[in-house]
Amino acid sequence: MNPTMKKTFIEPFMQNNPVAVQILGICSALAVTTNLRTALTMCLAVTFVTTFSNIGVSIIRKIIPGSIRMIVEMTIIATLVILVDQLIKAFSYNLSKELSVFVGLIITNCIVMGRAEAFAIKNNVLESSLDGLGNGIGYSIVLLTVAFFRELFGFGTLFGFTILKTVNNGGWYVPNGLLVLSPGAFFLIGFFIWLVKIRYKELME
Amino acid sequence: MEHIASMFVQAVFTQNLALSLFLGMCTFLAVSKKVETALGLGIAVIVVQGITIPLNNLIMTYILKEGALSWTGIASLAQLDLSFLSFITFIGVIAASVQILEMTLDRFFPPLYNALGIFLPLITVNCAIMGGSLFMEQRDYNFADSCLYGFFSGIGWALAILLFAGIREKLEYSHSPKGLRGLGIAFMTAGLLAMAFMTFSGM
Repeated sequence: MNPTMKKTFIEPFMQNNPVAVQILGICSALAVTTNLRTALTMCLAVTFVTTFSNIGVSIIRKIIPGSIRMIVEMTIIATLVILVDQLIKAFSYNLSKELSVFVGLIITNCIVMGRAEAFAIKNNVLESSLDGLGNGIGYSIVLLTVAFFRELFGFGTLFGFTILKTVNNGGWYVPNGLLVLSPGAFFLIGFFIWLVKIRYKELME
Repeated sequence: MEHIASMFVQAVFTQNLALSLFLGMCTFLAVSKKVETALGLGIAVIVVQGITIPLNNLIMTYILKEGALSWTGIASLAQLDLSFLSFITFIGVIAASVQILEMTLDRFFPPLYNALGIFLPLITVNCAIMGGSLFMEQRDYNFADSCLYGFFSGIGWALAILLFAGIREKLEYSHSPKGLRGLGIAFMTAGLLAMAFMTFSGM
């Protein structure tokens, strides 16, 4: 792996993180993070879709006429998302109910479209796939961090296993209800961005 | 009447697309630096929501749903269940109606077209629009309900972005910690705003 390719792959983890720095794909990052199980499923789904949509767009990048490229990209992405949705429905129906509309919303998730438009349309297949995978992982890092705190302090559990025994079940921990509700997600992502900016000073405004 | 009122409170406040369901967040954060632009985008969202949700509802009921094609009278078509195609159909309908709306406005209402500018095409990839249609499908709204829902949820989104932009304009002059400036503080503000909207859930 040469240095540029490595950079393409590693940079989106933190320094050029899709959620915290590029401000892409925030809707789903906030909505599915009340517990780790849904967050992990969403991460896998988005990583899969970004990687393969980048590959798909990159393969046919030279034969797509510029004027209709959006529609073509959209079709590739929508096809992949239907595939993911049907898979989740087939193997884990309850999970698909929990994720509700958010699997379908991967279509309009700006990470997927953004990377196809910004990277895959002008780079070769191998680099595009690395870029897609890297951005998928970067997205997952944010999602899993946020979900970890929300589930641990909101319900006292991790992946459904009890870590902090809550008062309702005869334990000592009083769960923090705010973290489960939507404002909690906003605050946590705000803190995450703060940390990234402290680490990489050049990102400060 | 009560039904309409409860739907209004639900779509505008308690289930606000932007602040409690996190839809259209990317544009919500990117286009909320000025009240004027936020207002333009808000109006565009109301119009597009009001058109696409009822339209998608019709397509869902008469073409995609299980047994929806029975009006054709052809037995083999009547059993078809095409609902797995809903994602790709919805996004197609949204892209097409935004395009048509853009051309109509350009031809008949140039001032409005100029005011909305770049925001109209951007709306295609705004997940609030797609999300609205998907919620319509999930909650099984009938045609009248989906007209109302489209209109109300658009108003909710517009209200949220307008308030948010107003706060952000003032925040420009405040001394927040360096690392938090810009996006970080915007998230915190959105969190506080979401808390305010949540208080309506007791109604």
